[in-house]
Amino acid sequence: MTRPKIPFSKRFSAAALLGAGLRGQQHWPRMWRTPSLKKAYQVILIGGGGHGLATAYHLARDHGIRDIAVIEKGWIGGGNTGRNTTVVRSNYYYPGSARFYQRSVELFGKLSDELNYNVMFSQRGILTLAFSPYEYHQMARHVNAMQLNGIDARLLSVAEVRERLPLCDLSPGARFACVGGYEHPPGGTARHDAVAWGYARAADAFGVDIIQRCEVLGLTLREGRCIGVETGNGTISAERIGIAVAGSSTLVAGMAGVHLPVRSQTLQAFVSEPLKPVLDTCVMSGTHHTYVSQSDKGELVIGGDSDSYTSYAQRGSFHAIERTTVGLLEIFPTLSRVRLMRQWGGTVDITPDRSPIIDRTPVPGLYISTGWGTGGFKAIPSGGKSFAHLLARDVSDEYAADFTLGRFAAGTLIDEGAASGVAH
Amino acid sequence: MLQIPCAFCGLRDEIEFVCRGEVAARPADPMTTSDQDWAAYLYERDNPRGWLREYWLHVHGCAQLTLVRRNSLTNEVAT
Repeated sequence: MTRPKIPFSKRFSAAALLGAGLRGQQHWPRMWRTPSLKKAYQVILIGGGGHGLATAYHLARDHGIRDIAVIEKGWIGGGNTGRNTTVVRSNYYYPGSARFYQRSVELFGKLSDELNYNVMFSQRGILTLAFSPYEYHQMARHVNAMQLNGIDARLLSVAEVRERLPLCDLSPGARFACVGGYEHPPGGTARHDAVAWGYARAADAFGVDIIQRCEVLGLTLREGRCIGVETGNGTISAERIGIAVAGSSTLVAGMAGVHLPVRSQTLQAFVSEPLKPVLDTCVMSGTHHTYVSQSDKGELVIGGDSDSYTSYAQRGSFHAIERTTVGLLEIFPTLSRVRLMRQWGGTVDITPDRSPIIDRTPVPGLYISTGWGTGGFKAIPSGGKSFAHLLARDVSDEYAADFTLGRFAAGTLIDEGAASGVAH
Repeated sequence: MLQIPCAFCGLRDEIEFVCRGEVAARPADPMTTSDQDWAAYLYERDNPRGWLREYWLHVHGCAQLTLVRRNSLTNEVAT
């Protein structure tokens, strides 16, 4: 394995921190260059989110392809990668998803060291609660499947839940009485900005050009093959072009006449005012359509269900916030006086089976990684590795083998809808 | 909250409805439709950034489907 060759003078370390401290923290190097666009690249990646950047990084590190441009309409860390609930987990049901997300969790574990960037990955565990015998039985089945797939998970009784969550209302008189739950110890949270910035910095160290504020206006086709990208900064050509945008993937793929089974919807998340430590794990509930964790700054990071309709408005419905917070208060009544500080609504790409698509498109030269839906953040390392493999070798690796575009016509869906963190 | 015009009940709050997605024409004869075309009918939509035509089911009202024109970028609903 080659590590990114970040020059010694730019590496982050305790000594560098001390040295910069003595100079008033004034002279930190820029984390990546601001290159101008070349006329041609070997690979162009559309979208400088976590998936685009991780793909560029793995193309350079694993496949020796360094003539890459990552073009981003906004700025690095300004999209869904920098605005999400930061949960990382691999509690999936089907073998195809299980191995893919398990690899992602394992890669997250090594990421800070590999990128020389602290992504603050904290494996604080995930605790999912059940509020009816039916939900608990489904949960047992889910946990069995996870154990068979080699993923760490264990069913918990109410007494065990009480031990772990003293803050939780587990009384039989609660509106929905908790009947148990399960824990997924390798799950946790990571700092989302750091993941975007760390990958960008490491890809840049390999020579990848990261072009920000550069919008894709069209895809250049010649004799049915995609040979380039028209951008606001000029036309560029490439041997292979990868689409790794969130929210707008149907619009970008549509420029080449490719139809995708993807719907753009709004997903909301919010954070509370900072509190002293009250919650040392991530708590999820399908019944209440809510999940929560506490960030290192002390804010409660709260997420729920996506809004139900097609939307690019980046603004969600208030009733979705109400539903999520009502669910949260059913579980943690003691948080009723806590104020919400910030709210975010982002556009996510949702496929009919809630599993991603990493595949060639019907247009030669054009590849796509999309459908990351409501859980793309956790998939960044694994998604980047698989998409890089596809772009470099023109064939999917074993981890992405099931996530094809053709599965919808073939009827081989990987229906993880029910297996998601919250019921959708 | 969106206000959805139900063809039968008038303007009602979004929470009374379930969005059933973009209008798509069902192939006339499923038996002679190719797998590709059937999958396209089931799963592929235009997903436009702008005006679209979609069905909303007035599930907590008259329980009828109603056709709505809505702008996916501005949240405007044509009445």
